[in-house]
Order: sequence, then C-alpha cells, then structure tokens
Amino acid sequence: MLNAHPDLTSSVLIGLGWYYLLLFLMNFVWTIRSYREDGEYANGLPRATGWATYSSILMMMSAYHFTYPPEGFLISLPEAFKAPFDRYFSNPVLYFFLTIVGLWALIALREWWTKPKVSFVLLNASLLFMGLSLTDFDFRQIVGKPDNVPIVAMLFILAFCTWISFRRAVDNDRRIAEGRPLFEQEDNEKVLVWPDLVYTELICMVVLTAVLIFWGIALKAPLEEPGSSVKTPNPSKAPWYFLGLQEMLVYFDPWLAGVVLPSIILGGLMAVPYIDFNKLGNGYYTFKQRSFAITTFLFGFLPLWVALIVLGTFLRGPNWNFFGIYEYWDVHKVEAANNINLSEFFWNGLGKGLPKGSGLNTILLREAPGILLILGYFMVLPPILGISVLRTYFVRMGVLRFLVFSNLILWMAILPIKMLLRWAFSLKYIVGIPEWFFNI
Amino acid sequence: MSVGEYIRNSQIWKSVFRHPAPTDRRNRVVVMLTNFFLHLHPVSIKQQGIALSYTWCMGGITFFLFLVEAITGVLLMFYYRPTLEWAFYDIQALRDVQTLGIMREIHRWGAHAMVITVWLHMYRVFLTGSYKPPREFNWVIGVLLLVLTLLLSFTGYLLPWDQLAIWAITVGSNMAKATPFLGVEGPGFQVFNTSGYELITNASDAKFLLLGGRFVGEATLNRFYILHCVAIPIVVSGLTAIHFWRIRKDGGISQPL
Repeated sequence: MLNAHPDLTSSVLIGLGWYYLLLFLMNFVWTIRSYREDGEYANGLPRATGWATYSSILMMMSAYHFTYPPEGFLISLPEAFKAPFDRYFSNPVLYFFLTIVGLWALIALREWWTKPKVSFVLLNASLLFMGLSLTDFDFRQIVGKPDNVPIVAMLFILAFCTWISFRRAVDNDRRIAEGRPLFEQEDNEKVLVWPDLVYTELICMVVLTAVLIFWGIALKAPLEEPGSSVKTPNPSKAPWYFLGLQEMLVYFDPWLAGVVLPSIILGGLMAVPYIDFNKLGNGYYTFKQRSFAITTFLFGFLPLWVALIVLGTFLRGPNWNFFGIYEYWDVHKVEAANNINLSEFFWNGLGKGLPKGSGLNTILLREAPGILLILGYFMVLPPILGISVLRTYFVRMGVLRFLVFSNLILWMAILPIKMLLRWAFSLKYIVGIPEWFFNI
Repeated sequence: MSVGEYIRNSQIWKSVFRHPAPTDRRNRVVVMLTNFFLHLHPVSIKQQGIALSYTWCMGGITFFLFLVEAITGVLLMFYYRPTLEWAFYDIQALRDVQTLGIMREIHRWGAHAMVITVWLHMYRVFLTGSYKPPREFNWVIGVLLLVLTLLLSFTGYLLPWDQLAIWAITVGSNMAKATPFLGVEGPGFQVFNTSGYELITNASDAKFLLLGGRFVGEATLNRFYILHCVAIPIVVSGLTAIHFWRIRKDGGISQPL
C-alpha cells in the first residue's frame, strides 16, 4: 500500500510532539486553575474534568508523536477535509468577507468572547487546528518558511493584545455604566521608578535577549541562491510587511496601490489626533465612549492591513493566484480574468460602442462616466454626508477638519469598494486611461 | 569591611556613582536624577503608567530592539562587505562558518520583531486614546518612526544579496516608477516632458533615485547600505530622542495632564 503521508518525517513528528507537549502543559495549568475556581457539578464531579480529559488526550498525542514511526501515522487531517476546504472556502472573496464578519463578531460579541473560558477555548481551537494542519506538507511549506514564522507569531500576539484591550474595555464600559471608578483609576498611586519600573525593564530586556538568542539558534535566517537579475522567482514578493500593499495591486495600478494609498494611510494616521475631537477615552481602555474611532481603526488595521498581509503571504502563490492552505503551489494554475472597464460597460450599454480615437477630447468623453463618478465620490459625497448621516461630526468639526476626515474615510473605503466591484461585475478600471498611465 | 563595601567606598566607585546604593527612599530618588541612563525616566510614576496589562511594554521593547539592531548591526558591519562580489558570500559565511554568525540571525529576527512591536505599540496607543491632547504631535512623530522602521527593514532586506533580497526590492521599488509626476510610468509625468525637454526618463525618475540605477544593482547595494547603516539610524535616533523627551514633557505615556 502507498504511504499516505510520505512527508511526515520523524523530525516533523518530533517537532509536533513538542508542540502537543506544550499544549498539554498549557491545558494542564488551566485544569488546575479550573479545579480550584470552577467548583463542582451537582453530582460532585469537578468542573475541571473536561479540561483534565482534554489535557490527557493532548499528552497521549504528544507521546504518540514522539514514539510512533512515520509509516502509517494516524493523526493528520483527512483528504476528505482538506480538499473541500481548499475548493470551497479558499478564494479571496470569501476570505475578505470572513475577515469582515470576524471584525463584526469581535465588536458585537465582545462581552462573550473576552471571557477567559471562551477565549481559552478559541485559543485551543486555533492551536489544535494549526497543529493538525502542520501534518500537511503544503501547509508546512508555507507556514514554516523562516520569514513567515514571525507572522504566525504576530497573529497570536495580536490576538492576545486584542483580547486584553477588549476585556479591559468591556470592564471599563461596565464601570462607567454603573458609575464606578475606571480600572485605570484604581490603585493609581504614584510609585518610585526605582525599583518598580527599572526592574520590569531589566527583566524584560533579559527575557527578550534570551528569546532572540534562542530564536536565532532554533531558526536560521533565510538565505536563498545568490541574487540573479535573470532568474525571476515566481511569485516575486515584497518584504512581508508590504504584502498588504502588494495585494492591493490586484485591484489598483501601482501608482495608487504603491504610492498614493500608502501616502494616504500615513497622512491619515498622522491626522488622527487632529480629527478625533472626542475628549473621552484618553488614557484608558473603552469601547462605548469611542465606538466610531475604534471601529474605524480596527477596520483599517485588521481586515485591510493584517488580513491582507496574511493573504499575500500565505495564500498568494505563483502568478499571484490564490491558493488554499493545503494546496500545492502549482505554477500552471490558471485563473480566468476577463475584466472590463467602466467605460465599456457604459458605452456598450448605451449600444454606441466606445468612442474611438486618441485625442484629448475623445479620451475625456470615453472616460466621462468614470471621471464624473470619481469626482462625485470625492467632491460631492462629503458635503452630502456632512448634512445627512455625519451631520453631528460636521457640526463639531468645522468645514476644513470635516473635509479632511470625510476624504480620509472615503479613501479608506475605495479598496473594499473596488474589491466588491471587481468580484461582482469583473470591473477592471473605473477610469481607464492607459495612454497617461491614469487608471483608477 | 567586606570586599563589596570596600569597593563601594573606594574613590573610583564614588566618582562613578555619586550616591549610595538605591536602598532607601531618598537614594532611590537621587539615582534617577544623577544617572544619565536613568534620567530618561521620571522619579516617580503613576502605577497604571507602568502596568504591563496596560502598556504591553511594546514601546520599550521597540526601543530595546532598536538597540539590539544597532549593536548586532555594528558587529555585522565589521564583517560584511557591500559589494556584488562579496555581499552574498559574506552572509553565507556568517551562516555556515563564522563564530558569532548568529549575529545575523538575531539581527534579522530582531528586525521582524521590531516591525511587529511598533505596530502593537501604535495599536495600544490608539486603543487607550493616548494620542489625544496634549500628545497629538508625539503621535505624529511616532508615525514618522513607523515609516523609518519600515524603511530600515526594507533597506536591510537587500543586503544579503540573495534571490529573496533582490526580487523583494525589485517588486518594492517598481512602485516608485509609478509615482505620479515623478515616475516614468506614473500619471502626469508628461507635464515635465513638454517642449522638447525630457526631464522624467527611466534614468532620472523616482525609481532611479531610489535605486541609483535603472535596476537593482551595485549602486543600489551601496545606496541601501548607507541608508541602512548610517542615514536612517541617525534620523531614527534623533526622532526617538524627541519622542521620549515629549513623553516626559507631556506628563507620561497616557492620560490627560
């Protein structure tokens, strides 16, 4: 019989053995905590029993990985899961919508998911999912690339930080509602920096140094073949922190995705303190008092920055095609792309055909629908917003501040808008003037 | 008299540390005021301002990582030669042969970590509303430091001169070509090329400025090396100093004055 998992070498299994051992230790500590704090069921059984069982399973999994030879290994994701997962769940459209739903859940269900038990279950689920996925060769290829390891670590650290901030925000919002002092106002006496801060810093530095040295020993920095300007790798990727921008190249030309939008992101970040007129929420975690600011920021940071980096790093393969997490990066994968411009929609829709010619007037006439749309979007929409839905903002901000604010919001929205137009109508350019490199 | 006491009572020790060990309240105050490295800190501080669950320590970690990068970077500069002939093989030797070649690993992982901690620092600052008055401008400096951190990492990415390096920089710098008005494939560059003069060509546009050539080559390596090791670190050091100074002047990391 053919070996179903020829790639599960013993080093992979031993690595996973350590992984499950750590997972076991984590859950073992949690079991003790649960035994002490959660009490018993009515029949006298400790509530920690479930955790104890789960921990034992993890320990046995760890032992199994350490001892079992690669042949006929039992614990792995079945093809019956991986193939449909790649086929039905792996495309940029669903990915983007899931990140949006995730953001919505993050905010709407914040009282629920920040509970230690719930979040611990979620953490366990994601770690177990990752552990099982690591038995897949293609998943390991991409997640285990040395430069990608920090990104995986970042995702867990980011999740942890988000958890802390939301937990504290939920707590503070409750305190505000009940008229109690904020968490940050309790025990807020002045203390001496020596020893309270300098020792924290010292410990932090020692731990970090140890982490960096361990990391440097455990994982070699990548070094590929000597650089050659003739051999173009496929895919060619920018450094990982720019992959969100590279992903935008699918929807926008380089002048927008690579120059204008990054500049606007930075300009917009710098403008934040000057357009956020809300005096509340200064120096403590809260959500309710700054719901708009925090939602907007999270929208920009989580789905539009971090999730796009994850997409660009882990899910974009040769020719920048989308690949499922268990899918082989096939250079010959073909994705049909028949995208058409707004001008073609418009003029063909009128039954007239595109105005032909390369004169200035012809080009402007040809692209008139798109140009009007863009002008309307950036020039007509802000005043309309100002006297309708965003009226309160307009009144409190004044004209100039409001124009900057509304334009930044509109700039932020053009990426998801263009994505939706692309997916729904195969729209290539809203304004397409390749003669001047002016495509939007 | 024990040896420790003898040393602490010697003239040399007292000339370095101008006060007794910080074991009582008075000396714990004095140490903060007289020690150059500690005087970045205030003498006393609100408890919440140093609570890990509040600050996540990310700003401090970022600064520490910057120092790690500076130290490992200087050590690497003793070994690495930024030329097409040697760049790759020097890094290869660091990996395979050289004692303390691990400096390169630490440098690279520290760089990735620094990008991440800068983001998380900004995340915390945003979520606690710490950019609000009177700290607006310090947030702006922080955004500049974010840009410089990314540029430091980007310029350093090229130096190993392997396939990963040159193609990542090629992809990144191709964007410069599309800069509006200043790139040969950017909208509006034609306005500089009227009446017979060709101001913006592929030998004079934004990409050329960035790379020092039409494509990633020896001039680029030299350019990025200087940016990475000298130019950007100097600017970062200056802005960091201002960033820290303003934290003190604005009354701590967070909360209204």
